[in-house]
Amino acid sequence: MPELLQFLVSGLTIGAVYALVALGFTLIHNASDVVNFAQGEFVMLGGMVTVFATAAGIPLPLAALLAIAVAVLVGLALHRLAIEPARGASAVTLIIITIGASIFLRGVAQIVFDKRFHQLPGFSGNDPIMVLGAAILPQSFWVLGGALIVFCGLFLFLERTLMGKAVLATAANRLAARLVGVDTSFVLALSFGLSAAIGALAGILITPITLTSFDVGTLLALKGFAAAMLGGMGSPLGAVVGGLVLGLLEALGAGYVSSAYKDAVAFLVILAVLFSMPQGLFGHRSVERV
Amino acid sequence: MLDVADLHAAYGRILALKGITLRVETGEITALVGGNGAGKTTLLRCLSGVHPVKSGRVTFHGDEITAFPAHARVAAGIAQSPEGRQVFGPLSVEDNLRLGAFRRGRADTEAGLDRVYGMFDILKTKRHLQAAGLSGGQQQMLAIGRALMSGPRLLLLDEPSMGLAPLLVDQILAAVVALKAQGVTVLLVEQNASAALSIADRGYVIETGRIAHSGTGLALLHDPAVREAYLGV
Ligand SMILES: Nc1ncnc2c1ncn2[C@@H]1O[C@H](COP(=O)(O)OP(=O)(O)OP(=O)(O)O)[C@@H](O)[C@H]1O
Ligand SMILES: [Mg+2]
Repeated sequence: MPELLQFLVSGLTIGAVYALVALGFTLIHNASDVVNFAQGEFVMLGGMVTVFATAAGIPLPLAALLAIAVAVLVGLALHRLAIEPARGASAVTLIIITIGASIFLRGVAQIVFDKRFHQLPGFSGNDPIMVLGAAILPQSFWVLGGALIVFCGLFLFLERTLMGKAVLATAANRLAARLVGVDTSFVLALSFGLSAAIGALAGILITPITLTSFDVGTLLALKGFAAAMLGGMGSPLGAVVGGLVLGLLEALGAGYVSSAYKDAVAFLVILAVLFSMPQGLFGHRSVERV
Repeated sequence: MLDVADLHAAYGRILALKGITLRVETGEITALVGGNGAGKTTLLRCLSGVHPVKSGRVTFHGDEITAFPAHARVAAGIAQSPEGRQVFGPLSVEDNLRLGAFRRGRADTEAGLDRVYGMFDILKTKRHLQAAGLSGGQQQMLAIGRALMSGPRLLLLDEPSMGLAPLLVDQILAAVVALKAQGVTVLLVEQNASAALSIADRGYVIETGRIAHSGTGLALLHDPAVREAYLGV
């Protein structure tokens, strides 16, 4: 029982990070049909900038804010310099552009930072808290709490503000959104900025648990993508559920089968989704009447 | 109010508009009729700024707006109810309408809702339902209502009668006439030429990207060439 609880908590913790990455995919995909494979680089930037800024003597909260700001600037630049000029290009072209951008960002990070692994101290120390016999890192609560705040904030934004509704409207019907006066290019920029901020926050929160380096983004993007597919690309709720399920599958697989196959779980999920339910868990079947 | 001069537009290398010149007078209903693929929708898309213009000019209230982005045209007072309705399916009816007033303040939005619900009371009954669940006629009312929410001076309607039962067509056309009485200027695009011309002050007939005939609605209704080609008599 303590063992199972242990696996569940670590699964939910890492799953919350996948969910945040998946949310980033979803926001940008909804605004533009672009699948942004540079999403993982935002997570990397969050962790790396925080590590180097704290090492330079900047207090952690400020370093974290700085990391988010850097990621947002990179996200906006990615939209402005790489996506916007290619407006109207095919989805495949845009995906290749984001893959190129992620390789470029990783290369720059390698030069600006270094190639080593880095860690941050846990925000509330590193001593495990015993809950029902399971040893839980206090940082897990930071990750889960941070993710919960992001989910709720995003939900309130999308459901309760006119700008949020404009984001949903753009996802539902881009032409109609333009016809009512929504500047869809601004909505896309906003989505890039938001996705970058969410990704960076995920990177900051998880670094005390998983370490970070210039190339952590690749695998995270892949797993976030798997989570988004599982949830049904396009549904924010689906992204969250998909992320948590993927994290749990991974942790339970690693715990009860073998940790050697941990990363294979994401690939299995992608394949299973593609073969058996391309709509994902929350993919909306098109009900629009013509 | 609206002046279109020698407008050209294309899809890739295929010219869809080959020099359209027309005028919409303030307070009138102007009908634009023509067959399949004549270029009616393309013209409206150019007027709303969601399709690029190759050459020519669009002037609205004396200001040249040819290069305005779509959202600036809505702010300037041009709204469109597009072909195929294009409602925001997953959003509620009322959210669809509120988004129509995206560029306006709270008070204008509430006044706009009252106006639209007054015109189409079925929308008020269904205001919390998903737009995708409405019938075709109700979606058409929603699309028109959403366009009205921006408080337009010029309303562009693209085939509002398409796919509707005759009774509903009459209801929609009556609504257009009522809008004119409220002072809204309308550019009405229709394949259903007799219905459109019979309520129009002025009309244009478009054929393969060019204006082929123009005149008052009445004159076009009685023009033998138009009658033969578009009215099936
Ligand atoms: N997305 C597109 N890509 C390529 N060609 C297009 C596209 N949309 C329209 N066309 C072409 O442009 C021309 C004008 O089309 P448009 O839709 O403006 O006609 P329309 O008068 O609105 O027709 P309908 O009454 O059938 O709606 C047609 O020849 C059509 O085939
Ligand atoms: Mg058309």
